[in-house]
Amino acid sequence: MASIVLAKLVKKDIIRSDIFKFSVHAPEIVNTTKPGQFIEIQVSDEVEPFLRRPISVYNVDKENGILEFIFEVRGIGTKILAKKEEGDNIDILGPLGWGSFNYEGYKNIAVLGGGIGIFPLYELCKNAKNDANVHTYLGFRDERAVMLEKEFKQVSSSLTITLDNVDGFAINKLRDDLEAKNIDIIFACGPLGMLKAVQELAKEKNISCQISLEEKMGCGFGVCMGCAVKMVNSSYYKHVCKEGPVFEASEVEI
Amino acid sequence: MNTNINLAGIKMKNPIVLASGTCGYGRELDTFFELNKVGGLITKGTTLKPKDGNPPSRICETPSGLINSIGLQNPGVDHFIQYDLPWLRKQDTAIIVNACGSTIEEYIELCKILNEQDIDGVELNLSCPNVKAGCLAFGTSYEGVKEVTSKVRKVLDKPLIVKLTPNITDITESARGAEDAGADGISLINTLLAMSINIETKKPYLANNMGGLSGPAVRPVAVRMVYQAAKAARIPVLGMGGAINGKDVIEFMMAGATAVAIGSGTLRDPFASVKAANEVEQFMAKHKIKDINSIIGSVQLHG
Ligand SMILES: Cc1cc2nc3c(=O)[nH]c(=O)nc-3n(C[C@H](O)[C@H](O)[C@H](O)COP(=O)(O)OP(=O)(O)OC[C@H]3O[C@@H](n4cnc5c(N)ncnc54)[C@H](O)[C@@H]3O)c2cc1C
Ligand SMILES: Cc1cc2nc3c(=O)[nH]c(=O)nc-3n(C[C@H](O)[C@H](O)[C@H](O)COP(=O)(O)O)c2cc1C
Repeated sequence: MASIVLAKLVKKDIIRSDIFKFSVHAPEIVNTTKPGQFIEIQVSDEVEPFLRRPISVYNVDKENGILEFIFEVRGIGTKILAKKEEGDNIDILGPLGWGSFNYEGYKNIAVLGGGIGIFPLYELCKNAKNDANVHTYLGFRDERAVMLEKEFKQVSSSLTITLDNVDGFAINKLRDDLEAKNIDIIFACGPLGMLKAVQELAKEKNISCQISLEEKMGCGFGVCMGCAVKMVNSSYYKHVCKEGPVFEASEVEI
Repeated sequence: MNTNINLAGIKMKNPIVLASGTCGYGRELDTFFELNKVGGLITKGTTLKPKDGNPPSRICETPSGLINSIGLQNPGVDHFIQYDLPWLRKQDTAIIVNACGSTIEEYIELCKILNEQDIDGVELNLSCPNVKAGCLAFGTSYEGVKEVTSKVRKVLDKPLIVKLTPNITDITESARGAEDAGADGISLINTLLAMSINIETKKPYLANNMGGLSGPAVRPVAVRMVYQAAKAARIPVLGMGGAINGKDVIEFMMAGATAVAIGSGTLRDPFASVKAANEVEQFMAKHKIKDINSIIGSVQLHG
């Protein structure tokens, strides 16, 4: 169940230019957080900007009540957020999203991430690795864009990093490994092009696949019907904040 | 201290209402607070048959507010009656159903069904800017409002509140249209037709191109229209449009509203309505106001 917490920023790290990792004290939230869920941050006490900003949970440390999230400065909201300093309180609503990564029962898991879409995958790898082999494939634009290599290595059985300008897309490495590694499910988060490609791949090879989606959001907790995602072969829409953000790849039209 | 009000025959324990389209059918907000903390809840706009709504993006943030083009996505009245109403009825708060149709016949059919249900009232939506047919088309003239409202009145014995659009030159005309047709109350404002363009792509942010503006950005317009409508009509007014806290609720009441709905405020903070209810009581205590009804329409104009 979600709650609102005034969470103290205990550690602020710079991952690379314009990308920050915030560690906040939010025991109420981390206690119930599942991999793939997100939070909604109110960046200002004033009404400007008006809406909260959805950000994925990167990592939780239940023992110490610490929640970590990583964000890139994009526009006004993330710019204000990036100015917070250690000791400041941040208004956080979470955990949100009834549709989290469902990894239970799988033995050989492939995790595919691209660019800033890799953040929600860390907590998944960390948890899934307890009972399964976790093969992680992260794609970045170029050498300068690579991040969190050490962190993902620790929570993966194998880690493959690709650079678009050198190695091509990460999904091609995954495709080559599917049979050798006996992959029985793929989890993915990243740019739309990557998600479409993995949707195709999963269909072609008849492998289960879950993808995490983004869409413009109003509330984040299922009342406004804003963040609509169209279902395959139907005119019906589900919602990222309610049934998602993680969906069966075969179910959605992206 | 008395915070009870009577809105168009609907008794409420305080003047704070959850606005249509920003509280679903109540279940999600119930995970944050008990719904008995607010005077009433107005359901998502509900139609005779389920409605899919518009393609995304449906939401676009703008200065101090947002534009939405949800397009009335809802599961239809039968689903509401079967799955939501039994649960909602157990919550100790007034239940008002926001009813919408694309033809007069649909409005009548829908309200016939609603008349048989255990609900406290109907908010007749003649003001949704996000659907192609119906709704807004009826809401922009004295005759249009009067025609639909009087036909619905014939089949609806329950309290009938007509929701008016601000996309009109003279709000007093539609307000009087509702009153003359026998409505028990009016509610306003629905969202203001709006547009926002991404200058990099030359495309509007919303897939529907236009949508409805809400939030604090519209509040001064809403307060003005509530004031004018309350002056022009004798039936009570449910005010809304950018109210997000207790101070705003008081402002709308002084302008003439009997109760005030909080919409976009809930999207920003699910607790906005509960906090507003507390703030209203604090204001009453501070200003030694014994009965909240005494502030309705109490604005003192400059000479
Ligand atoms: C479920 C979910 C999880 C996310 N997780 C992360 C994360 O872990 N790290 C990260 O850096 N970013 C994440 N994003 C994207 C992040 O929400 C946006 O980058 C952020 O809202 C931009 O806000 P802004 O004010 O800086 O930008 P602006 O462009 O000024 O924002 C304007 C409006 O558009 C919305 N918006 C802009 N981009 C997006 C987007 N990609 N998705 C949804 N809404 C958007 C904003 O919330 C705001 O309402 C996630 C988005 C979703 C939906
Ligand atoms: C996301 C969203 C959905 C809405 N859906 C409806 C609806 O279904 N029916 C309706 O009459 N009004 C709807 N409205 C309008 C609100 O009920 C309210 O009239 C308007 O937003 C102004 O109030 P606010 O500024 O407090 O949001 C919707 C508003 C928003 C923001």
